[in-house]
Amino acid sequence: MNILKFFTAGSVDDGKSTLIGRLLYDTDSILADQLEALQSSNRKNDDGTIDLAILTDGLRAEREQGITIDVAYKYFQTDKRKFIIADTPGHIQYTRNMVTGASTANLAIILIDARNGVVEQTIRHSYLVSLLGIKHIVVCINKMDMVDYSQDVYNSIIEKYKVLAQQLKLVDVNYIPVSALKGDNIVQNSERMDWYEGESLLHFLEKVDTDSLEKSTLARMPVQWVIRPQTEALHDYRGYAGRVLSGTFNLNDKVTVLPSGASSIVEKIEFFDQTPDAAHAGQSVIIHLKDDVDISRGDTIVNASALPQESKLIEADLCWMDGRALDTSITYLIQHNSKVTKCKISEILHKVDINTLEKHSAEEFKLNDIGRVIVKTADALAFDLYDDNRANGSAILVDSRTNLTVGALMFRAAVE
Amino acid sequence: MSTYNFDYLDELEAEAIHILREVAGQFEKPALLFSGGKDSITLVRLAEKAFRPGKFPFPLVHIDTGHNFQETIDYRDQMIERIGERLIVGSVQESINQGKVVEQKGKNASRNALQTVTLLDTIAKYEFDACIGGARRDEEKARAKERIFSVRDEFGQWDPKRQRPELWNIYNGKIHKGENVRVFPISNWTELDVWNYIRRENIELPSIYFSHEREVITRNGQLMAASPFLNMDDEDIVFRKQVRFRTVGDMSCTAAVESEAILIDDIITEISASKISERGARMDDKVSEAAMEDRKKGGYF
Repeated sequence: MNILKFFTAGSVDDGKSTLIGRLLYDTDSILADQLEALQSSNRKNDDGTIDLAILTDGLRAEREQGITIDVAYKYFQTDKRKFIIADTPGHIQYTRNMVTGASTANLAIILIDARNGVVEQTIRHSYLVSLLGIKHIVVCINKMDMVDYSQDVYNSIIEKYKVLAQQLKLVDVNYIPVSALKGDNIVQNSERMDWYEGESLLHFLEKVDTDSLEKSTLARMPVQWVIRPQTEALHDYRGYAGRVLSGTFNLNDKVTVLPSGASSIVEKIEFFDQTPDAAHAGQSVIIHLKDDVDISRGDTIVNASALPQESKLIEADLCWMDGRALDTSITYLIQHNSKVTKCKISEILHKVDINTLEKHSAEEFKLNDIGRVIVKTADALAFDLYDDNRANGSAILVDSRTNLTVGALMFRAAVE
Repeated sequence: MSTYNFDYLDELEAEAIHILREVAGQFEKPALLFSGGKDSITLVRLAEKAFRPGKFPFPLVHIDTGHNFQETIDYRDQMIERIGERLIVGSVQESINQGKVVEQKGKNASRNALQTVTLLDTIAKYEFDACIGGARRDEEKARAKERIFSVRDEFGQWDPKRQRPELWNIYNGKIHKGENVRVFPISNWTELDVWNYIRRENIELPSIYFSHEREVITRNGQLMAASPFLNMDDEDIVFRKQVRFRTVGDMSCTAAVESEAILIDDIITEISASKISERGARMDDKVSEAAMEDRKKGGYF
């Protein structure tokens, strides 16, 4: 059994919280006391049934306004998989939360209201999904109950969406007609849409294979911490602790340490009381090298035969996440895995209007703006392109005046 | 590409170890908050996996309400002995003696809320800049929205509307002097995940987690351990019952559940079938619908 992390994009009106509530409810993931709290709450649907959206509306401020203002994580499990849902709001002012939720997801659910079809926010959400490199997409045409479960309505919406998917180069797009409110095609296949021959949403989520499209084979491990017990028994012990971002390290592999460029060989891999022959993507291990090289936190151990790019000048997509606009004259901190260095945004190449996907030049970069920039870093970064290796192709910007995370960066090219 | 067995517990474990090592790398004076409960016991095992054969780069800190189950304190002391790490105890009784907090009165009096003051004092005294805790997002709806690195101001307050975006697996631990960060490495675990992990790793737990016979009373529809710490009167009828505890907190606010579960397998079966979520056995959450949100804003863990 493994974990599928997915996120949902859609607005309040698309019934997104209801969809998640429905998944939790129908998989029996709501416990009795939570259900009791739900029932005692005075929010009910028109027909008197429980308003499932309350399950994901966590904060009082949200319940008062009836909207979702932040990323909420929800968990459920079937006998096939464990699921982690990032529930993110769909209003334009909360683009930053959507980017946050999408950054750790392997799959995105895009909700479309069957009555409205592909609208401006569908374009916005789909663009963000493509920007964040999510390869698997499920387009849920929701509220089918409001259009008499019409196959024609469904078909005309997916025809329109296919054009958008092509434009955005989305890879794996799947379509499911649902009614979150009534439970059609969420867990069980709906009898009210016998024209639909595909799977229910849950069955699809249970079996979708996200590994094959996403896992990079480039072996990378940023060093987080150097373990040196310095006891008598372990006098010469020196282990490099980190999580393998991507690829595999095997014993005796030739590796390079960046930024120094020193080369060595994997002598031993440790995981607590085990000494495995290999360390794979996702595993947190300790690596020992044959040679005595100077390595500290922020360095990256990589496969010597597939080196990352190294540059102090990188072209990247930037999503701005702070109320205070980008200032190209000041120095920010850039955090790329365990490496932190100073940087400037030396140039804004263009901004993207996420409703029309048009690019235009810009002087200003404000909250929720997205576009292409040039980042100039104090120390060179050892990175891969985001599309090749998400984990080593992303970074955050930190404003050292406030210490807030102000930007998300996806590396697109090294500038020659 | 070679295939390897990396299941959901391995993935959760690897994520938690990564987070613990980020704490070690990013902070000057971190601490691990240890309650004696199963979640913080799990954190200790994860810290062993993150840092052995080295020492932990942080001490363990226990905020002792003075109303703990003796079994928890015994467990704590034995564990510290076994792992050979430093333990710092912050005492709520001392905060009361110093007049910093006042003992609650009435039938539902509990020291749970008083812990916050002792915790903040302990953080200030030792100048901790990061406190690792065992909270999980599945516990409660306010927690579902909290970051893994959660910044608190110098009053320990959490501001849900000013949370830093947390992207990919990159954790921003930069703070100003006086602020500190609460770090939750097992945010993405559910109660069942923790139990399955404890079973897999063969981790020993305080005995109160398992079924035992105990003197209890009924309070607000829940079974409470009869103890000198609980304000009881003539209306409270003490009786014996086969029970266990699903969380380990202050004796005055942790309810028991009727249970015959004597093995971890029994507990897992029980939880899988259970219809009361874990925090449902904590009376302190029931005060108002937004109880947890209010307490967190006030500096509670």
